[in-house]
Amino acid sequence: MIGGQHLLGMQQLDSEQINAILSTAQGFLQVSRRTIKKVPSLRGRTIITLFYEASTRTRMSFELAGKRLSADTVNISASGSSVSKGESLHDTVMTLNAMQPDAVIVRHPASGAAAFIANRIDARVLNAGDGQHEHPSQALLDMLTIRQRFGKLEGLKVAIVGDIAHSRVARSNLIGLAKMGAQVRVAAPKTLLPRGLVEAYQCTICPNVEAALEGADVVMALRLQRERMEGAFLPNLREYAIEYGISTAMLDRCNPDGILMHPGPVNRGVELSPEVVDGPRSVILDQVENGVAVRMALLYLILGGEPA
Amino acid sequence: MNLIIQNGRVLDPQSGRDEAADLLIEGDRIREVAPSGGMKLRDAEVIDVKGAWVTPGLIDLHVHLREPGQEYKEDVASGSRAATAGGFTSIVAMPNTDPVIDNGELVQFVIDRGKRAGLCRVLCCGAVSVGQKSERLAPFGEMKRAGAVAVTDDGRPVTNPVMMRRALEYSQDFDLPVLSHAEDAQLSGHGQMHEGVISTQLGLQGVPGVAEDVAVARDILLAEHTGGRLHIQHVSTARSVDLVRDAKARGVRVTAEATPHHFSLTHEAVMGYHTSTKVNPPLREGKDRAAVIAGLSDGTIDAIATDHAPHSSIEKDVAFADAMNGMIGLQTALPLALNLWRAGMPLLKVIALMTTGPARVLGLSTPAIREGALADLAIFDPAATWQLDDESNYSKSKNSPFWGRPLEGRVRATIVGGKVVYQYDRKPVWSVQH
Repeated sequence: MIGGQHLLGMQQLDSEQINAILSTAQGFLQVSRRTIKKVPSLRGRTIITLFYEASTRTRMSFELAGKRLSADTVNISASGSSVSKGESLHDTVMTLNAMQPDAVIVRHPASGAAAFIANRIDARVLNAGDGQHEHPSQALLDMLTIRQRFGKLEGLKVAIVGDIAHSRVARSNLIGLAKMGAQVRVAAPKTLLPRGLVEAYQCTICPNVEAALEGADVVMALRLQRERMEGAFLPNLREYAIEYGISTAMLDRCNPDGILMHPGPVNRGVELSPEVVDGPRSVILDQVENGVAVRMALLYLILGGEPA
Repeated sequence: MNLIIQNGRVLDPQSGRDEAADLLIEGDRIREVAPSGGMKLRDAEVIDVKGAWVTPGLIDLHVHLREPGQEYKEDVASGSRAATAGGFTSIVAMPNTDPVIDNGELVQFVIDRGKRAGLCRVLCCGAVSVGQKSERLAPFGEMKRAGAVAVTDDGRPVTNPVMMRRALEYSQDFDLPVLSHAEDAQLSGHGQMHEGVISTQLGLQGVPGVAEDVAVARDILLAEHTGGRLHIQHVSTARSVDLVRDAKARGVRVTAEATPHHFSLTHEAVMGYHTSTKVNPPLREGKDRAAVIAGLSDGTIDAIATDHAPHSSIEKDVAFADAMNGMIGLQTALPLALNLWRAGMPLLKVIALMTTGPARVLGLSTPAIREGALADLAIFDPAATWQLDDESNYSKSKNSPFWGRPLEGRVRATIVGGKVVYQYDRKPVWSVQH
């Protein structure tokens, strides 16, 4: 299994490991629904969240996961720490290492930063998003959410829509879903489709969003970063919403049981029309709940627990 | 004391000589070349180099010596040591130092430092524009009088096409080639590696090949328009090789160089986020690498140049996106070039790319092994394997993807102006003056 390993990306996991993580996470779901939301599995273990980018849900999700497993969790963010005084990543990591943490959860704007840290530290490193590279716990919670609805991943038609080029969520899902036998198709403005996408991942590129949604079991919308208006990727948000945004009418092209996912936070009225966010197909809040369970499973398994 | 170099396989691209021969060196000149055993013994120090190959001293027309300003990475003396350990007898310093070498005084400073180091011949380029800012022309005349052999804004492109046009015109008055770091900086943007399947997988922003191609095309057209002497540095894409080939066929005065890393590696070497593989232009695809090798073979590319670019752990022991571009290359160039011969390129052609080729680009006198020629020589064991490590490395920096990897072909001795300035199996003779 994954005991004792770092979790740097979906690239390192095989389908057996993914299934074991998802099953373990399914078991942990009930812990968060109890009155006493705590099990003693990681008592005495120290977990550090080291976040160089703003984040609410991912950081909090990991923190709650650690606390519900009885670990001691400490949060460090780039602002208000020695990082803001110009300390290098190398020196920050070596300093943390000297304090003997068991796991370090990292978010960093540079692709490869999680691997950089893993190469220098004794603790297990969990990648909570490195640049535009990977965000494995997001892909796993997405897969858990899909598995809950369909009982499987194999053979499902999954459409990933939006800014593929800059999305670590898209990359981790492209890798993970292919490993689980799902059929992934993507749709994006040409400016936001990275070169070599089909060579790099098992996926097909659709000519437009409508084509991607046709018969889809799962629609994953990606967040559009507002800074994409710079660099001439897109003219403006309004045009993006009209040409590439997903509305209720467009979702009718999906499989009748098809679900709508989004990693959050949503730009309402940009990548998703306001009503679909709260509509019957939306499983966005299930994703959030599953996120805690998946992160509990990851911490539990990596720090030595047995899979469910 | 005269010097006899005995029993080496002498390889001289200028004459095409390839035979076992003895060389007699008197002062700074080769006095006699005779088939092995055919030279009368006389009062001379004899070095028997049986099994080794003897070529004209290698010339590197693209090195960053970091002096003045960044002596913690390299300085003229340490760069000279690395050069002579790599078989180089002449190296050309780039002007992107701090301050930028954009006047005669600074050109003179670097040349003086080279003489003080007393190892290889240290030549120097001046900047194209003051401060390499692409705003005002640097004083080519003053820099030429101080000894500059070329002008370049290497390290950054000449972004302003008018500046490039003027440089290609004005440089003709001083017979200086313009060395172009051909890159459209806006197209490369914040790119960190070659744009392609690997950059997509690693989530790194890409530098498209077209960022180089557009600039190569622009500079070739400007050279054609002005009649100036253009040299394209570190060609890395298949399309750029084609552009240079076509321009040469039209009679444009253009030459080109390629680096050992671009003909040895592809963007796949970046997997794992190794910052030692971060270079500009970036490591490209297999088809680009093949085109560069084809260009070296057919004469489209005139010279192999290292783009030796030392960086310390401050610049390289960081996340990939934060790392600076460049790798060291003076000591690994010859073994990597010999891989071209191992893959089928004629041996004298490979040697020409590191001797007569770069000399022709700069308009230097032709290096040769013949009576009366300057005694600048490289002597190496083509089959000896070694690795670049803390013991063998003479640069102040270690940023090489070849670090710790087996290399085939090791320099045994380097001779500059008749003096042995490097010898593998003895203590280095760094104090020698010439």
